[in-house]
Order: sequence, then C-alpha cells, then structure tokens
Amino acid sequence: METFLQQLINGLVQGSVYALVALGYTMVYGILGLINFAHGEVVMIGAMLAISSLNVLLGNGVSPLLALPLCAVIAMLGCMALGYGIERIAYRPLRHAPRLAPLITAIGVSIVLQNLAMMIWGRDYLPFPKFFSNNPHSFGGVIISDIQLLIFVLALTLMGLLLLLVQRTRLGRAMRAVAENQQAALLMGVDINRVISLTFMLGSALAALAGIMVSANYGLAHYYMGFLLGLKAFTAAVLGGIGNLKGAMLGGLVLGLIESLGAGYIGDLSGGFFGSNYQDVFAFFILIAVLVFRPSGLLGERIAERA
Amino acid sequence: MNPEYLLEIRDLKVAYGGIQAVKGISLNVAPGELVALIGSNGAGKSTTLKTLAGLLPPASGHVYYQGKNLKELAAHQRVTQGMALVPEGRGVFARLNVTENLLMGAYSRDNRAEINLDLDRMYALFPRLAERCGQLAGTLSGGEQQMLAMARALMSRPRLLMLDEPSMGLAPLMVQKIFETIREISAQGMSILLIEQNARLALQAASRGYVMESGAITLSGAAVELLGNDAVQRAYLGG
Repeated sequence: METFLQQLINGLVQGSVYALVALGYTMVYGILGLINFAHGEVVMIGAMLAISSLNVLLGNGVSPLLALPLCAVIAMLGCMALGYGIERIAYRPLRHAPRLAPLITAIGVSIVLQNLAMMIWGRDYLPFPKFFSNNPHSFGGVIISDIQLLIFVLALTLMGLLLLLVQRTRLGRAMRAVAENQQAALLMGVDINRVISLTFMLGSALAALAGIMVSANYGLAHYYMGFLLGLKAFTAAVLGGIGNLKGAMLGGLVLGLIESLGAGYIGDLSGGFFGSNYQDVFAFFILIAVLVFRPSGLLGERIAERA
Repeated sequence: MNPEYLLEIRDLKVAYGGIQAVKGISLNVAPGELVALIGSNGAGKSTTLKTLAGLLPPASGHVYYQGKNLKELAAHQRVTQGMALVPEGRGVFARLNVTENLLMGAYSRDNRAEINLDLDRMYALFPRLAERCGQLAGTLSGGEQQMLAMARALMSRPRLLMLDEPSMGLAPLMVQKIFETIREISAQGMSILLIEQNARLALQAASRGYVMESGAITLSGAAVELLGNDAVQRAYLGG
C-alpha cells in the first residue's frame, strides 16, 4: 500500500510536468495541425536558461526566494522569444506547404537547438543549484518533497489559468476561432499571424516552467533532456486527444501515473526479470496502443462541423 | 474615384485557381444602398466578394472604399474599416457557442459596454439566437446558422455589409425570413452588397442590380427595370 501511494504521488508530479509540455504540443496542433517536434528542446532551453541565470543571481548574492521567480521569468521570456522565432523562421514560410515539409523542419529545428545548447552549455550534466531546503515530508511512510509539492501545485494552477484564458478571454476565443476556421477568423478582423505567434509564445512559456520543474526535481539538466521528455509529452497529448487542452492535461497525468506505477510494480510482476529502468517503455507502448485502438485519444471526440 | 460612393470597383480582374474568374468589372455602392449582384453559379460573384474582403488578391484594377484604395489593406484590417462579409456557407465557428460567435464578430472593437449593447440588439433582432445563446453553433439548423452569421457580421458595426448567397441551402420559409431581415437592416440605413442566385428575391429587395455572366457584368440598372427585362427574365427568373 505504501509503495502504491508513493508511486501515485511520484506519478502525479511527473505527470503534471508532462501535462504542461503536452499543452504546448496540443495548442500548436489545434491551431496549425502541426506537430512542433522542437517543443521538447524549448523545455530544455528553459531549464538551461534558468540554471545559468540562477547561478549568476545566486553568485551575486541575490536571495534564493527572489532568485527563483526571477530565473523563471528570464527562462519564460527567453523561451517565448525562442518559440516566436521558431514559428516565424521555420514554420510560417511553410504554412501552405505539404504537411510533411514542416514536420521535417521541426525535426531539423530540434537538432539545431540541441547542438546549439551543447555548444553553449557543454555536454555534461548541469547541476540545478541547491538552495532551498528540500525537506521530505513524510505522511505515514509516503514521502513528498518541497519541490514535488511546489511542482504539482504550480502545474495545476497554470493549467487552470490556461483553461480560463482559452475559455473566457478575447484572445482565447480568437485562438479557438483560428483553430477552427482561419478564413472566418480573418473575416472577423483577427490577425491570424499574431494569434499563431501568441500561441507559440504561450506554449513556450509553459515549456520553460516545465523545464525548471524537471531540472529542479532531478537536480540536473542536460542538452539532450528535451528529446525523451518531448516525446513523452507528445504521447500524453495523443493519449488525451491531440488538439484538446483538457485531453493534454488528463493525458499527462495518466501517463505519469502509468509510468510510475508500472515502474514500481514491473519488478514484482515479472518476478524480477524487468526492472524499473523499463519505465520509459510504458510511454511508447501507450502511444502505439492509442494510435491503434483509439486514435482520437481519451477526450478527442469531434462534434459535427456543419449542420 | 467618385467621392459619392461608399464602394467603387473599377476594371477589377481576379485570377482564381488558374482561370480568369473576374474579367474586368466595374460597380459601385452608394451609402445606404442595397445593391444586388446576380448571376448563375460560377459567374465570378463569390470571387468578387472574396477579393473585396481581401481574401483573394486582385490581378489588376482598383477598389476604392470610402475614397481610399484598398490595395494595401489586409483582410483583417478591412473589418476595422467597416467592411463585413458573410461568407458563402456561413462559416460560423461550430465549436464556439452562439454568444461567443457574436463576440468574435465584435473582435475588432474595444468598448465592452457598447459590445454588450449590440449583443442585446442582435438578440432582439434574432430572437431565435437568444433562445440558443449558450448552444454550440454547430448544433444550429442551417437557417439559424445563417442568422448567426449575419448577426455576427453586424457585431462589427459595419458600414458595408457583403452577403454571399444568404439563401443557399435553406428551406423556403427560412429564405423569406432571412430576406425580411435583410430588408430590415437595409431600411435602417445599412449599405449592402448582396450576391444571390435567387435573382427574383434579390432584385425585389434591392434598389439597383448588376448581372454577372462568366466573369463580366452584362447588365446593370434599377432593380425594377432588371426585374422587367426580357433577357433577365429568360435567364434568371424562369420566365
């Protein structure tokens, strides 16, 4: 029972990070019908920017309580600029090209960003500065750390805010309108390019925060960290129903739980034949299963477009 | 350019899908006028409207709106200038509810209080929409969607309303209703450019009309005259 609860908590924390990243995939897909495979790299750049700025801030005697939000703002701004640039340079010129072209470009952008990060930050693991007491809290044998608690609460808050933005604001309405019918949105006076740029920037800001969460949780960052994380978040988006915001949130949490519980029990279930290092297999097993049995995902129902 | 016109098109040519769909047409709309552009399917009427709205680039010719050349204005900027197009097939946002669709119509405006006032006016003009204000637009009937598309266009407070085949695909009773509304809006002083295959209805509502055939305007004049014209009767009025 304790193992179960522990894995449940680990899964929810990891899953909430997947969900944040998955939202970036799903928002862009919803509007452009494009899988932005460079999104995982934006997460990585976010982590790198945060660690670099944290080191500088802490080195200059800024208090950790101030340095943390400050580095988050820096990472978010940097990633928003990056997201804007990616769309502007790599995707916009291909807006009307066959679908395969932007997909290949996305992979290209991903490789460019990885190598750029490697040149700037090196090949080694970068430690995330330890500065606040990462006290583990124990509840009846189940352990949850400050960072985990912070990640989970912050991620859920961000998801709630995003839903509010998309459902209740003028920009959110415009995003949904552009996602559904670009020409009609144009006839309403919507500057399509502006909405698309803002969507990329919004997704990138969430990615930056997710990058900080991951690197703070594991205590390190690496130029290659965005690849697997990006693929898993993409899996989460597909699992929830790509293009569907609530789907991405649900998909992220479910994927985190399956991974965590799977890793916790696979040893027992296979009589010790498989270990918890098979954790990553679950994500891709799920991706294949969803694509085969329910391509529209958990929440991916479509209503009739026209009466 | 004649400053008396709200909209003036001179020798407009548009290529669409590799063919010359509009072959040099000239027409105008004066403030407060309801002008009908009639013609059979494929005559180039929709292409003309799309070009006016900025969705298609003209090959040559000029479009003046309020005395200004529209050439440099992107589609979304034309809405801010007071041009609104209700597109063929209506183009309502199926996954947005009725109120959200109407608010999208007011996207180019800022004053929240005025927008809310106009929302109430639209619901008074189209009580059917008021009943369904929280419903997703995709679940409305064709006629209701047409009403929504028109109300949505009016939410931008246009000076020129362009309607592309508002009667298309609707039951006769609903067509009557839609045209009643068009007359009502026109009576309130709105300038309207109406495209229709249903020539009789369009000419009965309009003050002036143009007849378009394979990309060119072949006839124009007062709507009553066109209704009585032999050629028009034979070709478009089934008599």
